[in-house]
Amino acid sequence: MEILQNIATYAIVFATGGALCAIAELLVVRTKLTPARILVIFLIAGIILESVGVYDYIFKVCQAGISVPIVGFGAALAKGSIEMARSVGFLGAFAGGLVRTAYGVGAAVVMSYIVTLVFNPRTK
Amino acid sequence: MSQNTNAVKARNERYNKYVETVTPKTSIPKALFHSFAVGGLTCVIGQGIGDIVKLISPTMPNDMVSNITSMILVTVAILFTGLGFFDVIARQGGAGSFLPITGFANAMASASMEFKTEGLIFGTSVKLFSVVGPVVVNGIVWSTVAGLINLLILGMK
Repeated sequence: MEILQNIATYAIVFATGGALCAIAELLVVRTKLTPARILVIFLIAGIILESVGVYDYIFKVCQAGISVPIVGFGAALAKGSIEMARSVGFLGAFAGGLVRTAYGVGAAVVMSYIVTLVFNPRTK
Repeated sequence: MSQNTNAVKARNERYNKYVETVTPKTSIPKALFHSFAVGGLTCVIGQGIGDIVKLISPTMPNDMVSNITSMILVTVAILFTGLGFFDVIARQGGAGSFLPITGFANAMASASMEFKTEGLIFGTSVKLFSVVGPVVVNGIVWSTVAGLINLLILGMK
């Protein structure tokens, strides 16, 4: 029974994650939007979903399908900012987003630096 | 005068036609399917990492599990970028490779590697955020706005 449930969860994760990426690809093909703009659009969508309070319900169903795409990054930023604003006060809004996403961003910056030191860029 | 503008128009038309012939024709359904598959697979891997972390340490709070998951995904993606595997995925995956957090990491690492030749301070350190900058800046600005609005509406806990 639990195995069946796991398979269902993974199928939903695959479907929602894939669907989000397919929508983004459709935007790339159909409009002249650059990837950077599309990333910002999805990021702000995540921030809006979180601040309206819908994100948690979507996350319960879709799990990594919505948290691995950049939507999840936006939602984490907004969640941190909202929580810290409500517990620390006005100043917390400025720090909360960074505090919550610091693990991922910190790892990305440090690893990028190390990889740059170790590997040389290859010519395409 | 009118002859001149006509000539310019004709030249523009010829040029547009030439651009159309040169632009590679991508079949939309195929591109959509590829991004669906690559994006979905990335999310499934993320879910798998989270489940394994939970198996190893069942008492860990959910926030920490998702932090570790994103750290592992980011690290693997950056290693793939360094080894040159990520280009292979990105060529096929389209949006499926840049929308997940792995694409964010790849954009950061490839920008920093590309400008290694200009030095570690003025090359790598300056260009590290040149692609992901819009995401980071907009994320911080709008999440702060979201936090302030929520504080105004809901008040302190």
